[in-house]
Amino acid sequence: MTLLFGHLIDLLLAVSLTVLAWRLLATSDLFKATVLFIAFGLLMALAWVRLDAPDLALAEAVIGAGITGVLLLTALRHLDSGARVARMSGRSGRRSLRVLLPALGIMPALLVLLCLSSPHIRSTAGLTASVIERLDQIGTDHPVTAVLLDFRAYDTLLETAVLLLAVVAVWSLHPVRPIFSPEPISPAQRGLLRLLLPVLIMTSLYLLWRGSHAPGGAFQAGALLAAGLLLLLLSEQRLPGRWSGMFLRLLLAGGFMIFLLVAAGALVGTGTLLDYPGGGASWLLLSIEAALSLSIAALLATAVIGGRPSDRSTEFPPRRKDPAGEEG
Amino acid sequence: MNDLSVYAAAGILLFFIGLYALFFRRQLLRKILAANVMGSGVFLIFIGLVKQPGQSTDPVPQAMVLTGIIVTLCFTAAAIALAIRLKELNEEHHSATRPEDDFG
Repeated sequence: MTLLFGHLIDLLLAVSLTVLAWRLLATSDLFKATVLFIAFGLLMALAWVRLDAPDLALAEAVIGAGITGVLLLTALRHLDSGARVARMSGRSGRRSLRVLLPALGIMPALLVLLCLSSPHIRSTAGLTASVIERLDQIGTDHPVTAVLLDFRAYDTLLETAVLLLAVVAVWSLHPVRPIFSPEPISPAQRGLLRLLLPVLIMTSLYLLWRGSHAPGGAFQAGALLAAGLLLLLLSEQRLPGRWSGMFLRLLLAGGFMIFLLVAAGALVGTGTLLDYPGGGASWLLLSIEAALSLSIAALLATAVIGGRPSDRSTEFPPRRKDPAGEEG
Repeated sequence: MNDLSVYAAAGILLFFIGLYALFFRRQLLRKILAANVMGSGVFLIFIGLVKQPGQSTDPVPQAMVLTGIIVTLCFTAAAIALAIRLKELNEEHHSATRPEDDFG
């Protein structure tokens, strides 16, 4: 009975994901598409739970649905001014691409059939056994954290670099704009913020500490912290001007720099990049994670706000001058 | 048929729905959403095929998908910044009398 129920849930989730994706890409209203995308992200998180990947569920809920959602909604404010009326057409008229249409129909059908009918395309062994076998040599007993910070630490190092690069790209495109909010902040939002912020910070610290032996870790903790920071900034709180200069830049680059320093230290000590001396003590992994999560929080929040702080040391992001003069 | 294959199948469909929208929809933000959906499809295929019923999920693909989720966010942020810049340039370029192109 429970097994049948599980099958039903799986089928329902898979179908809803597909239908949601279709709806969000087919609707002509971009705001509706964004809201559907957030719902899509939350359902993805549920799918990760069903697939027994709680690390991914946490990351998807916070990053895929939450932070990407805020990013898209803020972007909509800037992109959608006046564009609602000039919605020319949904489809582009490029004829040359139309020859691809049959392929776009037949290929997924074949692949889905193959995937549902043949059990042989699954790999049998995987890497679970090899990871668990070497788990006692390093300072963590959660396999995913071990892969992220030790076995495949190179990936994580470069991932942090990509995050830093994305913020550099965003900053180089335009100076920061005031966060657009059509109405004054309601007292309820301020009250909720007071309640939520301590909980967010506590949960983030808990996830960070827990990451060494259970699902959680630097990325989830950093993303939660970023969500708290964004809530603050959306409620008209501002970073003081003296923070938005060197301090903010050091915070953004700090995680990557410390990780790189550890990597270089390991290179000097053991002769191999990222081969931690003694296999990686738990305090070493935890301090890398702490630095990473602070950096990641700042990186995610600044990526969503978009635009570099102005050179004059004003608050970041700046306040709006007057509601009438808003550029959009 | 394996019960968890439905996720991999859904992933394949998501990828192709996204690909279709990426080719045939005009608005830039929609193309960004389409690329996000395609990414989610790839992640679902990856984990859906790896997962064996009754066993814990392989940690290596999990770590790779976790990296993928972050990189997708980086892509989205950079692409949106580019789209906004493009719209600004477009508005500067066109005079106020000409109808506005839809770069939403």
